[in-house]
Amino acid sequence: MTELPLIGEAVAVTANPRLAGARIGVVTFPGTLDDRDAARAVRLAGATPVELWHADTTLGDVDAVVIPGGFSYGDYLRAGAIARFAPLMSRIIDAANSDAKLPVLGICNGFQILTESHLLPGSMIKNDHLKFMCRDQVLRVENNSTAWTSDYAAGQEITVPLKNQDGQYIADEKVLDALEAEGRVVFRYVGFNPNGSRRDIAGISNAAGNVVGLMPHPEHAVEAGFGPETGLSGSAGNGGSDTDGLGFFTSVLNKIVGGAK
Amino acid sequence: MSTSAETVNKKFNIDTVENAAKTPDVELPWAELGLKQNEFDEVVKVLGRRPTGAELAMYSVMWSEHCSYKSSKNHLRQFGEKVTDEMKKDMLVGIGENAGVTNLGDGWAVTFKIESHNSPSFVEPYQGAATGIGGIVRDIISMGARPVAVMDPLRFGAIDHPDTARVMHGAVAGIGGYGNSLGLPNIGGEMVFDSVYQGNPLVNALAVGVMRHEDIRLANASGKGNKVVLFGARTGGDGIGGASVLASESFDDTKPSKRPAVQVGDPFAEKVLIECCLELFKGSLVEGIQDLGAAGISCATSELASNGDGGMEVELTSVLLRDPTLTPGEILMSESQERMMAVVTPENVAAFEAVMDKWAVEYSWLGEVTDTGRLIITWEGEVIVDVDPRTVAHDGPVYDRPYARPEWQDAVQADAFTGSVQDAGRPSAPAELAAAVTELVASPNMCDKSWITNQYDRYVGGNTAMAFPDDAGVVRVDEETGLGVALATDANGRYTYLDPYHGAQLALAEAYRNVATSGAVPMAVSDCLNFGSPEDPDVMWQLAEAIRGLSDACMVLGIPVTGGNVSLYNQTGTTPIHPSPVVAVLGKLDDVARRTPSGWKEDGQAIYLLGTTAAELDGSEWANLRGHLGGQPPKVDLAAERALGEILINASRDGMVDSAHDLSEGGLAAALVESALRYGVGARIALQDVMDRDGVDLFTALFSETQGRAIVGVPRSEEVRFTDMCTARGFAHTRIGVVDAASGQLEINGVDTLSLAALREAHEATLPKYFD
Repeated sequence: MTELPLIGEAVAVTANPRLAGARIGVVTFPGTLDDRDAARAVRLAGATPVELWHADTTLGDVDAVVIPGGFSYGDYLRAGAIARFAPLMSRIIDAANSDAKLPVLGICNGFQILTESHLLPGSMIKNDHLKFMCRDQVLRVENNSTAWTSDYAAGQEITVPLKNQDGQYIADEKVLDALEAEGRVVFRYVGFNPNGSRRDIAGISNAAGNVVGLMPHPEHAVEAGFGPETGLSGSAGNGGSDTDGLGFFTSVLNKIVGGAK
Repeated sequence: MSTSAETVNKKFNIDTVENAAKTPDVELPWAELGLKQNEFDEVVKVLGRRPTGAELAMYSVMWSEHCSYKSSKNHLRQFGEKVTDEMKKDMLVGIGENAGVTNLGDGWAVTFKIESHNSPSFVEPYQGAATGIGGIVRDIISMGARPVAVMDPLRFGAIDHPDTARVMHGAVAGIGGYGNSLGLPNIGGEMVFDSVYQGNPLVNALAVGVMRHEDIRLANASGKGNKVVLFGARTGGDGIGGASVLASESFDDTKPSKRPAVQVGDPFAEKVLIECCLELFKGSLVEGIQDLGAAGISCATSELASNGDGGMEVELTSVLLRDPTLTPGEILMSESQERMMAVVTPENVAAFEAVMDKWAVEYSWLGEVTDTGRLIITWEGEVIVDVDPRTVAHDGPVYDRPYARPEWQDAVQADAFTGSVQDAGRPSAPAELAAAVTELVASPNMCDKSWITNQYDRYVGGNTAMAFPDDAGVVRVDEETGLGVALATDANGRYTYLDPYHGAQLALAEAYRNVATSGAVPMAVSDCLNFGSPEDPDVMWQLAEAIRGLSDACMVLGIPVTGGNVSLYNQTGTTPIHPSPVVAVLGKLDDVARRTPSGWKEDGQAIYLLGTTAAELDGSEWANLRGHLGGQPPKVDLAAERALGEILINASRDGMVDSAHDLSEGGLAAALVESALRYGVGARIALQDVMDRDGVDLFTALFSETQGRAIVGVPRSEEVRFTDMCTARGFAHTRIGVVDAASGQLEINGVDTLSLAALREAHEATLPKYFD
C-alpha cells in the first residue's frame, strides 16, 4: 500500500544540542491565553520554555522572553494598560533596554503590552470593522535583521493566523515616518489589511532590533496540521506553509547560541 | 418582576423557620415566583409548615421546569433504561452529574455537554449567548476537566426579518467575546434561519473537556466537618429568578420586559476561575465541586448536600456580595456568573487559600458538611432554611403531561412536495439545474458561514486539527500520541416537525455520520431538546416521540446519551418552534493526523458516492427554498449509517481516502459544491450510473436528501482496495467523477458548467449582504 503523508506529523526539527540549553521565558498574566502555545513553539524550535508569572520579581536566567496573546486582566481598560504595571514587566523593560539587550517578542496582547510599556511606539485600537477577526494572514517580512526574524529572507511572504479585536495599529505620521526610515517596520499585511492598521503595519521593532511586537500569531504556525491552511488556490488558500511561524523562534535561538544553524 | 421582587424584600428579610411555624397564614408570593398551587401545597406538605421566604425562593427555582425537568423526566428515563453493555463499556460517569464522562483510553477521559441559553439570548443577545458559554464551560470544569473547545448551534428567525440582525449581531459577538477571552477554540456549530425561531431563537452551547481518570470530580458534599467554600465572582442582583421566571414561561407581549433577569458575564473572571480550579484539582485540594448556574446557591447547596452522605450547614451572611442590599431569598436565587462552590477538608484549607490568593480569586467559607441529613441555612445565626436537600434538588414534582398526536399531523404528512403547487416548474434543463445549484448554495441555510466563524478564535490551544466548515471539529488531546476527539452537532427542525420520532433519529444519524466522516469512532451523545410548551399536548407528543426516537436509535448505533438539557416553552403565544432536538456526537481518533477533511485537493483522485439515492425531497432545503413544508422526512436506516460509518472510519485509518463529506441538507448538490470550494479545487462529475441504478432523475440525484450517504476522494493507488472493502461490506458505491484541480470549475454532466469563482461569490455573499 502507499503510505499517505500524515497531515499532522510533527515537523522535523534538527535537534541541535546547543539549542536545548537556551531558555526562553513565556509570561503568563491572569487572562493570558496563548502561553501554552508559545511554550510549545519554543519547544518545537529546540529550546527550553520557562514559565514566568506576572508577579515574579526576577527574570531568572532566561535568554529571551515571549509575551503571548490573550486578554491580560480582561483588557476591560485599554488592552495591555494594566499588564504594563506588573512587577515582571519592570524587569523585562530593564533587561530589554540594558546593554545585554534581552530579546523580547510580544504577540497580539503581548504587542499591546509592549506599546503600553513604551518599549515600542504607537498603539492599538479596535479593528476598523469593529469585529473580532480570525483568519489566516499573509505577511511580508520587511526586516530580517531583528533578533526574531533572521531566519527569514528579506521580503519573504509568510502565512500565520491572526485573531484579535483591537488590532488596528496607529501612530502619528512622524512616528510612522521614522519607523519606515529606520527599517523598524518588521512585518506588513499583504493582500488584505485585516484591521485598518496604518500603512498595513503588522509588526515593528525597537531601534536595537531586540524587541519585536506583532499582532498575528506565529506560535500558531509551528506544527504541520495545526497551523493555517496552505497550498490552496482561491480565496480559501494562500500558498505558504503551515509552519511559517517557526522561524521566529529559530531566529532568536540562533542569536542566543551565536549563529549556530 | 420588580413588584414581585419588592414584595419578597419586605416580607422575607427576617422570615425565620421559627417565625414560619408561628405564622402559618402569611400570604406568600408563590405564584409570582412561578410555582403552581399544587406545587406550593406540596412544599407545605414536605416541610410540615409554610416555607420561609428563603425556602420558598429555593423551592421555586429548583422546582422550575428549567432545573427540575418535571415535564420531561418521565420520558428522559429512557436514556438510562435503554442501555446495552456495548453502550456502557466506555462510560465512566453517566447522566445526572454536571456532565457525562467517557473513557478515551491511555488514562484519558473526556467530558462534554450541550445546553440551551435560548430565552436570555432573545432578551439580551450578547449577554445571553456569552453567559451560555460561561455556564457550560463551568459544568465541564466541575467534572475536574480542562475545557478544550466549544461549539455553538444557532437557530434564528428569517434572515430578512429586521429583528434577526439584532439577535445575530448580539449572539455572535457574545459567543466570540466570551469564548475568545477564555482561550477555548470554537470548532464548529450550526446556523439555521427559519421564521419559526423569530421570537424564540435557539442559542445552544457545547463545551468539551479532557482529564486524566484520577482527576474526575463529582458534585457531592461528604465527610462531616469538611468546609464549604464559595469562590469566584461576588454575588449580585443579576439573573435573580432567571431560571424560574424566564426559562419556564413563554414570551407574551402583555408582560413587562424581562431584561433584569438576564445575567451579565465577565469572561476574565471565568478564565481565572478555570486556571485556579485546575490548580485545585492538580493539588487534590477539593473533595467535591459544583458550579453555580441556574438557581445559584440554592442549586449548589442542595445538590451538593443531596448527592453527599450527610447534610450541610451554611451561614448566608458570609456570602461576598456585589450589592449589600440583597435579601436572603435574592442571594439564594441570584444567578451571578463565574462562581463555584467546593467542599474542602480542614487540612487543605490553607493550601486552598494559597491557590485563591495566587489567582487573586475572592472566596468565603460559608459553613460545613454535617451528618444530620438536613440542609440548614442561617442568617446571622437564625435559621432561615431547614430542609431535606433531596426534596429541593431531586424529589421535585414530576408531571405526566397529557400528550397526543396532533390532529394536523396526518394532513401535514400527506402534503408531499412532489406534485405540490410549489414544485411547479422543477428544474430539468442544464441551465435550470445550474441556476438551481447556485441558488441552493447561496441560500441562507446553505451559504458560507465564515462571517460568523471568523469572529471566533479556532486556533487557541494549538490543538485544533479540524474546525468549521469541515463536517466535525477535531481537537488533539495527547500531544505525544495524537489521541483526539471529534465533535459534531446536528438537528433538522423541519424533519422533526414532519415526524418527531424519525426526525430526532435523523439528527442523531447526521451527527454520527459527521463524526465518522472525519475518521473518528462515535462514542457518546449529548442532546439539547428545544421544544415549545409541554402544557400543549401537541408539543408534549413531539417531545415524547423525539426522546423515544433518540433513545431507540442510540441502542442501534451503540452509543449512550451521557448528558444534555431540555429547553421548553420555546414558543410565542400559542405558536411553538419546530421541535428541535440538537444532537451532539463525540468520537475518538487514535491519531488526529488521520482525520479526513471535507475538501478535495489532489488532482486526478476518484470521487465516489457511497449509499443509494431515493426521491426524498419532503422537508428538504430545496422544498424549503420553494416555501413548502410537508410530507415524510427521509427514511432512517441506522444499520446503513453504522455500515457507512465503519467504511469511513476504516478508510481514514488505513489511508484509503483523502477527503470525505457527508450528504445531508442540500443533498449531493451542496456536498459537491462545498467539497470544491473548500480548497478551490474543481471536479468532473457524471451521475448517470447513480440515476440508472437508483431510478432517479438528475434533479433528484442532486437535491434529494436521502440519508446514509457520503462522497469520498480516493487516491488512484487506493481505488481497488477501497472498492473491494465496500463490496465486501455490501455497501453501495459508485464512482461519480474525478478531481480536476486546474479547471477552476465544477462540471456535472447534464448541468451547465459552474465556475468555482461564481459559486464562491454566490456562496460567500449572503451573510455579509444581510449583516454587514
